[in-house]
Amino acid sequence: MIDAITANQAAALAAKLARIEVAAVYPITPQTTISEKLAEMVSSGEMDARFMLVESEHSAMSALIGASYVGARTFTATSSHGLALMHEVLMWASGVRRPIVMPVAARAIGGPWNIWGEHMDVIAERDVGWMQFYCENNQEVLDTVLMAYKVAEDPSVMLPAMVVIDGFILTHTVDAVDVPEQGQVDGYLPAFRPDPVLNMDEPRRFGGLVMPDWWTEFRYRIAADMEGAKIRIREADREFGRIFGRSYGGLVENYRTEDADAVLVVAGSAAGTAKEVVDRLRGEGLKVGVARLRVFRPFPSEEIAELSSRGVVGVFDRSYTFGDGGAMFNEVRSAMHGSDNIVKNYVGGLGGRDVTAAHMEWIFRNMLDIADNGLDRKIEWVGLRDGSGRW
Amino acid sequence: MNRRKPRFTIPHEDLMHPGHSACPGCGEPIAMRLVLKALGPRTVMNVPAGCCAVIPGVWPRYSLRVPLIDHAFECTGATSSGIRAALDAKGMDDVTVVGWAGDGGTVDIGLQSLSGAIDRGTDFLYVMYDNEAYMNTGSQCSGSTPWGAWTTTTPGGKEIARRTGKKRILEMLAENGIVYGATVNIAFPEDLVERVRTAKAIRGPKFLHVFSPCPSGWKMDPSKTIEAASLATRTGMFPLYEYRDGQYRFTKEIKNRKPVEEYLRLQRRFRHLSPAQVAEVQELVDKELEELRARVEAGRK
Repeated sequence: MIDAITANQAAALAAKLARIEVAAVYPITPQTTISEKLAEMVSSGEMDARFMLVESEHSAMSALIGASYVGARTFTATSSHGLALMHEVLMWASGVRRPIVMPVAARAIGGPWNIWGEHMDVIAERDVGWMQFYCENNQEVLDTVLMAYKVAEDPSVMLPAMVVIDGFILTHTVDAVDVPEQGQVDGYLPAFRPDPVLNMDEPRRFGGLVMPDWWTEFRYRIAADMEGAKIRIREADREFGRIFGRSYGGLVENYRTEDADAVLVVAGSAAGTAKEVVDRLRGEGLKVGVARLRVFRPFPSEEIAELSSRGVVGVFDRSYTFGDGGAMFNEVRSAMHGSDNIVKNYVGGLGGRDVTAAHMEWIFRNMLDIADNGLDRKIEWVGLRDGSGRW
Repeated sequence: MNRRKPRFTIPHEDLMHPGHSACPGCGEPIAMRLVLKALGPRTVMNVPAGCCAVIPGVWPRYSLRVPLIDHAFECTGATSSGIRAALDAKGMDDVTVVGWAGDGGTVDIGLQSLSGAIDRGTDFLYVMYDNEAYMNTGSQCSGSTPWGAWTTTTPGGKEIARRTGKKRILEMLAENGIVYGATVNIAFPEDLVERVRTAKAIRGPKFLHVFSPCPSGWKMDPSKTIEAASLATRTGMFPLYEYRDGQYRFTKEIKNRKPVEEYLRLQRRFRHLSPAQVAEVQELVDKELEELRARVEAGRK
């Protein structure tokens, strides 16, 4: 059924379709409407889940870790400061292998206060052992929540996943979404049956003290299973395509990159704008394309390395890590190490500033210029009001 | 001939194996063993950081015969709520959820999450074992450290560093909305077991405050654990009482209360106190007891 809904409504509907058993919610802009939609569906009886009001995001995640051990499929959603507050227990969730799925309404972190969209909150959590899926539109949000459960709960993976939704740009924007039938979803996503699970007849301890003689092996298993998740993500995407008629290219969606002289790597909603501009520039005969980074954790190093035959590679970061370039830029450049490509970082769309078609066109033309004349500068803050008069 | 029936109120069955990793003389495994005896095998425990994370053993060894979930320091209330929700979702509503945390993990860093669990009406038993400081990290002052006590972060010098007393956690939680609360002491095991049984029979958030000496942190001979615990109650420093339906009640009336000095002098954490300061402790204890008595009396009216 095609419905006109926001990405937050799509995320809540996905939780219902996934038959989650325990949800823990705490409000934060721009995530709150996910919690509200869940509350509404649970209260009306449309959805059968234990709905917990917690007093912080830290407690939301802690509660879900406990519930997940008992064998319940769990759900929460957060954003920005809430995600940062969770940091400690995000690591706990992945460390004890709980396949929790959590949409994150990506937003700036203060101070000073800013409630609008960017990727700093999720980028700051790239090292916590969670998978990270970045969505381009509302349909992909619904689909990705279902796929995320499929991958996270795979016995060979058993790691949690964030589904990144660009704050306000997607969370509060209505778009047409094909909401699948429950029966179809049940065919795609089987019930959660973890092993081991809390069992009163065979009492176990979960998450107890590990000494130095085994800790390395515990960490290695997470690393190896995160790496293995790449195969599961590609499979889950293909199977989703077979059942629902939509798939997203696995970890990286290549858009008109085959013969491109310049390719922009971009994650989230800005990819839609970039594709639009690519179509226009292609009409002018300019060979440009987009490699949409759909999954940042695990990092698709193989797919990115393949871009080395494509000339100039630009990386658009909707965050900045206050070191040397954006996080996505540095990882893309690292994956392309040894190639002759010029890799340039474009930083923009911070704290709710729009990423417009004009910005994207400037980026593509800048990349083509670099292809002819060499790199002008490594890091470009797109649209920066620095008095240079460029914009 | 003694016609009285023998009173074996403490169950024989143990749900804690020998071979745990507590220090000699530690009060906590005594408390854990007694609480588990009283609760029985349909129990799920969860513990934060603290001695409670070490005592049940180091992976892959494990000394309890009930499931145990470890979690970060400030999460006991929240994790308990999550476990409860999932057990209910799975139809396992006969299983008792026990959040088990130390005094620092309860009255300081874990207070928000515990308050949330009470507010949610979570059906669980929260057990705070109180050894009156952060003992797992080596005796640092907590909000449950008594007035005047030495810890590594209240070493004192010319002056006493710990100038406030223990937070009244049971009273705070009573106002927060617990359905049952009690103070218990490992030196009074039959009373402890009875309080646990009472708590188990009531649905909703319940709280037990267990007095649990730490010989290494208190700088006390490990053989004195029970003696010190007993004196804490007999001097009135740790009175035994319960809270239920808005009323406080003494569960152990102490007649011929002993002077606090008898308790204090067992432990070197109090040895720097001058006679005048010991008298100050006595005054504080007398005053606190009077206030508690007033709360008990108010409930009777």
